[in-house]
Amino acid sequence: MTATAAVGRPAAVRPAKARRNRENRNRSLLGLLAWLCGLVFFLPFAWMVLTSLHSESSAATNPPSLGASLTLQGYREFFGATTGVSPWPPLINSLTASIGSTVLVLLLAIPAAYALSIKPVRKWTDVMFFFLSTKMLPVVAGLLPLYLIAKYAGMLDDIWLLVILYTSMNLPIAVWMMRSFLAEVPKEIMEAAAIDGAGLLVTLRRIVAPVAAPGIAATALIAFIFSWNELLYAEVLTGVVAGTAPVFLTSFVTSQGLFLAKVCAAAVCISLPVLIAGFAAQDKLVQGLSLGAVK
Amino acid sequence: MTNRHSVLRRTVPLGAVVLCGAMLAACSGAGGGSAGGGSGSHSINVLMVNNPQMLDLQKLTAANFTKTTGIKVNFTVLPENDVRDKITQDFSSQAGQYDVATISNYETPFYAKNGWLAPLTTLADGDTAFDQSDILPSIAKSLTVNGQIYAEPFYGESSFLMYRKDVFAAKGLTMPANPTWDQVAALAAKADGAESGMKGICLRGQPGWGELIAPLTTVVNTMGGTWFNADWSAQLTGAGFTKATDFYVGLVRAHGEAGAPQAGFTECLNDMEQSKVAMWYDATSAAGSLEGAGSPVAGKIGYVPAPVEQTKSSGWLYTWAWGVQKASKHQSDAWKFISWASSKQYEDLVGAQLSWSQVPAGKRTSTYSNPDYLKSAGAFAAATKTALTSADPADPGVQPRPAPGIQFVGIPEFEDLGTQVSQQISSAIAGQTSVASALKASQALAAKVGAKYAGQ
Repeated sequence: MTATAAVGRPAAVRPAKARRNRENRNRSLLGLLAWLCGLVFFLPFAWMVLTSLHSESSAATNPPSLGASLTLQGYREFFGATTGVSPWPPLINSLTASIGSTVLVLLLAIPAAYALSIKPVRKWTDVMFFFLSTKMLPVVAGLLPLYLIAKYAGMLDDIWLLVILYTSMNLPIAVWMMRSFLAEVPKEIMEAAAIDGAGLLVTLRRIVAPVAAPGIAATALIAFIFSWNELLYAEVLTGVVAGTAPVFLTSFVTSQGLFLAKVCAAAVCISLPVLIAGFAAQDKLVQGLSLGAVK
Repeated sequence: MTNRHSVLRRTVPLGAVVLCGAMLAACSGAGGGSAGGGSGSHSINVLMVNNPQMLDLQKLTAANFTKTTGIKVNFTVLPENDVRDKITQDFSSQAGQYDVATISNYETPFYAKNGWLAPLTTLADGDTAFDQSDILPSIAKSLTVNGQIYAEPFYGESSFLMYRKDVFAAKGLTMPANPTWDQVAALAAKADGAESGMKGICLRGQPGWGELIAPLTTVVNTMGGTWFNADWSAQLTGAGFTKATDFYVGLVRAHGEAGAPQAGFTECLNDMEQSKVAMWYDATSAAGSLEGAGSPVAGKIGYVPAPVEQTKSSGWLYTWAWGVQKASKHQSDAWKFISWASSKQYEDLVGAQLSWSQVPAGKRTSTYSNPDYLKSAGAFAAATKTALTSADPADPGVQPRPAPGIQFVGIPEFEDLGTQVSQQISSAIAGQTSVASALKASQALAAKVGAKYAGQ
């Protein structure tokens, strides 16, 4: 009996242990895969940073010279050491267009999403489709009409034109994102608030906003990134005064001479605000992404 | 604690909104200057390509031109393709955002015919200090339409053959004073491998009407080919064009630079500086970089005219020039800027403050008798001047042409056509298609463009 038990116990333990081992191994493999994916995404950025610290001639060599001596010349060029052109006006223009349009997008998208999820209006699915349909036209198709409208309205080279355009470009996505975030707000809390006599504004501010804060942060960040990185409209519709950072970035590309290091330095500097915004909103962003649309 | 939190909760969002509002208000019009064609009393907006000569100008303007005239110049600098798009967009709609733009001798004739440019003849004639008669005749002619000057050159270039004198001497090779393409091919074969990793010649293979098509078309011209006959019938499968393309593709594939299908001006300049090629056929403006401070091959390069076969000369002609938009409200200020930027005095300023090898040359006869310039550019000055004066855009080949241009055909459609054809030929250089099938596909494209003009 004892002998049977002694033999039987390890037989029962072994499969459990093996399963645990297998699970551990799978988890490590998945972890490794996640790190590998992360590395694949991070490598181009690391390469860009490294190239930005090389001299133009080292940056242009083929095969790449990894160990070449480092220099800050690319960054000096970005800050106007050679041409005396300051990068601040285009950076400030980009900030204006991105922050301005993001604030407007949130101001419009939150009430719209409220009317589509918490208190759905009649035929709200049609409304959602209508919002999305505005994104179906290729951006370039609207370029010429917009250019002509801007010309006749005297709004060419005006940063407020970009604020309006970026707001309208990002609004549909923001409404869709916010709708799915707000759909997660428990109905019971809303009912409890209503019983306590809370009006629409109080409900939005005191109940909806705190619960949906991660979703709002995620939406704001997406709207900010899309506006910050937009190039086509900015290049065509701006000129001397309202040029944005991506347009300024292209000005380092030349068909006569080397430019890789300074373009990389400019790209690093211009990516920084988005990275900072991303890191600042990281916690909320992760919560937001797991809360709503991308769940 | 709770009270403090609730106060914070209330004030932080409010503060953020106020801050954003303040920033937006403060930031509007961050670019300074003014929109709508420099609407300030004394400011102009200039749109230009970001070649090194233009960046030097940008650097020198405020402390020199603005200081003496009080005219503020707001520059917008963009890469070549983007700048062309933006100029076409602004000038064709006469939006008037820009007063002055860099245009080339390719665009000038049809921009002028479309009525997009302000004529400059009266202004140039009235400005004796500018000295219009000093502009090289071939350049001046390429910017004149129906007897009216429509643009003034900032710098000009032709093409010539550059070769490593030291490598040729070591291998016992001699470069003829006026080489033919057959001689160049033979020299490329002999110089191939002269040093470790060195190829015989660098010829552009990168797609683009301003890249591969420029040197290739000069070879086509001198080998008896043309894009179009005088009656606009496309000739890309004609004997001359086929012979030249076969020769060009064959030479690059046999003795050309590594990575030829992606090599343009910049890549060849790099290859020449890093001793990866023994010869290079390209723009005369390359010599300034090759002989400039810090170049490892300075003093080792010889310069001879563009190789020929059936014509006496075959160098191209290209100039970046200043055109004034007809809708500009600041034409007098725009002329003052042009007259300064294209003057002899500006060349002296660049020579004194930056370096004589950076002077925007190739536009004035007097540049080539300036002792300071010759001291620094002596190696290539004479070859450049000869190339520039012998170029004739009206008659670059062996047959009459329907439109002016040496390395291009002076019609708006050529940008698209040239780029599409260049993609075919670049594929042939990469070995993905044959020259015959590349030219057959190209002929169909060119025939469509030709048909449009043949009926007119």
